[in-house]
Amino acid sequence: MNSVILQIASKYLRILFLMFAIIALLRGHNQPGGGFIGGLLAALYIVFNTLAFTSKQIKDRLKVSPEAYMGVGLLCVLLSFLPSVLSGAPLMQGVWVSYSISDFEVIKLGTPLLFDLGVFIAVMGVTLMFLFTLSTHK
Amino acid sequence: MTEIVLPILLPFALIILLVFIRKVNYAKWIGIIGSALIAIVAIYIFINTLNNGVLVLYVGGWKAPYGITLVVDMLSGIMLVVTSFLVLSISIYAYHFIKNNKQFSRFFLFFFALIMGVNGTFVTGDIFNFYVWLEVIMLSSFVLITMGSEKKQLEGGIKYMALNLIASLFFLAGIGLLYGKTGTLNMAHLAKILTNDQQSLFMNTSAMLFFIALGIKAAIFPLFFWLPASYHTANITVTSLFAGILTKVGVYAFIRLFTLFFVQDAYFWHNLLLISAGFTMVIGGMAASIQYDVRRILSYHIISQIGYMIMGLGIYTPLAIAGAIFFTVHNMIAKTNTFLVSGIMNKLKGTFDLKSMGSLLKEQPLLAVLFIIPAFALAGIPPLSGFFAKFILIKSGIEDGHYVIIAIAVLTSLLTLYSMIKIWSEAFLKKQPDDITIPNSKPIRFTVFIPSIMLALGSVLLGVFAASFFDLTMEAARQLMEPSEYINAVLGADVK
Repeated sequence: MNSVILQIASKYLRILFLMFAIIALLRGHNQPGGGFIGGLLAALYIVFNTLAFTSKQIKDRLKVSPEAYMGVGLLCVLLSFLPSVLSGAPLMQGVWVSYSISDFEVIKLGTPLLFDLGVFIAVMGVTLMFLFTLSTHK
Repeated sequence: MTEIVLPILLPFALIILLVFIRKVNYAKWIGIIGSALIAIVAIYIFINTLNNGVLVLYVGGWKAPYGITLVVDMLSGIMLVVTSFLVLSISIYAYHFIKNNKQFSRFFLFFFALIMGVNGTFVTGDIFNFYVWLEVIMLSSFVLITMGSEKKQLEGGIKYMALNLIASLFFLAGIGLLYGKTGTLNMAHLAKILTNDQQSLFMNTSAMLFFIALGIKAAIFPLFFWLPASYHTANITVTSLFAGILTKVGVYAFIRLFTLFFVQDAYFWHNLLLISAGFTMVIGGMAASIQYDVRRILSYHIISQIGYMIMGLGIYTPLAIAGAIFFTVHNMIAKTNTFLVSGIMNKLKGTFDLKSMGSLLKEQPLLAVLFIIPAFALAGIPPLSGFFAKFILIKSGIEDGHYVIIAIAVLTSLLTLYSMIKIWSEAFLKKQPDDITIPNSKPIRFTVFIPSIMLALGSVLLGVFAASFFDLTMEAARQLMEPSEYINAVLGADVK
């Protein structure tokens, strides 16, 4: 498809797609959402882009290969196991650190977030790999 | 007991390694060494469960039934060991049979993703987690089928994906109903609730959804159409891997779920299993006998053999379950081996079509031996593994009075023998047709045969040590038929 409207719209929709993806990622700890859905949403943006452009153009424009996305994501997942193992807790038990910015606001960061972030990136990579496999054949 | 997470975690780490190390030579060796490590871990876990009974790990420190539990009993242990044995041989086989160097790192990437999924289904004790691993298997096998990016591979891959997505839908719907009724996803907890509960109405609806979903996964009648549509399109290495492992995950799930918690209304379910087993055997066997492409014969034949395993489950005595497990193990080894041999035949003759093959017995006597061992094992000729597997199944059937299905099983053996003899006489005995020119085949090195020799040895040893392996399968069957051991190991005595 070669539609100028779609091509220009995709540029502006990027922020919307990615914002939704990150919101889904962050709210996923206690509510519906999470890394998997966030990753799918983020990949959806690129799927959308391949409709506006060709998949080859998109492939060239991506600076990192889908496999690398996968690798980094899985590495994050694996790293999120380490704190629990090193501290002697059961595997994959959540380890949290709190950081207070003021008297009332505390940022809590934990291994589940790292895990979810890893899933997010890996799912994005896998989806892109499917996309490129399906849209190019000899 | 943290070690039981290793069959999942090890392939996972290997995937990460392979993403970053893209050099072909390294990828080959990571593949082989990684598979060997997985095999060692599997054997270690198996020995551990043999000595200590059911092994349980509460992931994340969440006690059952709240968190995800990993459980390894005898059945899981046996499946882990056999799978890792196949994985090791296929990783060696891939060395010669993935032609395109660029495909190599990607092949092993998804190879280990598949292994992670398969091992995950074997060790998980949580029904939703089971579903997740099935999805991992499906996605990675889709990539493996379409690896060559050929048009017919994409066609086969999409058929495979479409039908398996339907299976996932049914499976998920079944889980949803079970969760709605019982409020738990832990398999041991489900067993405890469902065996106490006399209300079988909800149980039966979800059991039927599971039956359809797993029926598609295991390729039983009338849900097997995805298998012959997709298997013959992929690279032969991939096809061998799928032939040995994929449908057996479905069989494993059948055995696990229908012994652990779908045990009410036994009369209906066991008859349903027996009927579909009978049709699966006969139709798979007949469809195999009319094909002329080696891979198609073998693909249809996989279906026929699934029938025996489901038959064992349908008869539902400890002996029959032991027979089903024995048969599954025997079949995984022998079936994969026939595919490996067909790949070597293709390498020599440049085709999978039996009509344009011939004279292989004279040219490659070793290959002939390597074909005849799994072929006779599949047909059930003593002293190979298949004879004992079929013997146990038939004995259990006669003891329990299922004469019709036993007659069908025996007749299907003849169909198997017919298909195997067809390959034998067309490819090995017949003279090479003169009008077919063979694309100049380089002389193949001995190392090509090593994976096949490993598996052939497996078939022979399983036949020779049938008695001691039978004791192991009997122990596994006993654990399955008296699930209280499994349930108590997971839940402890105090959970209601």
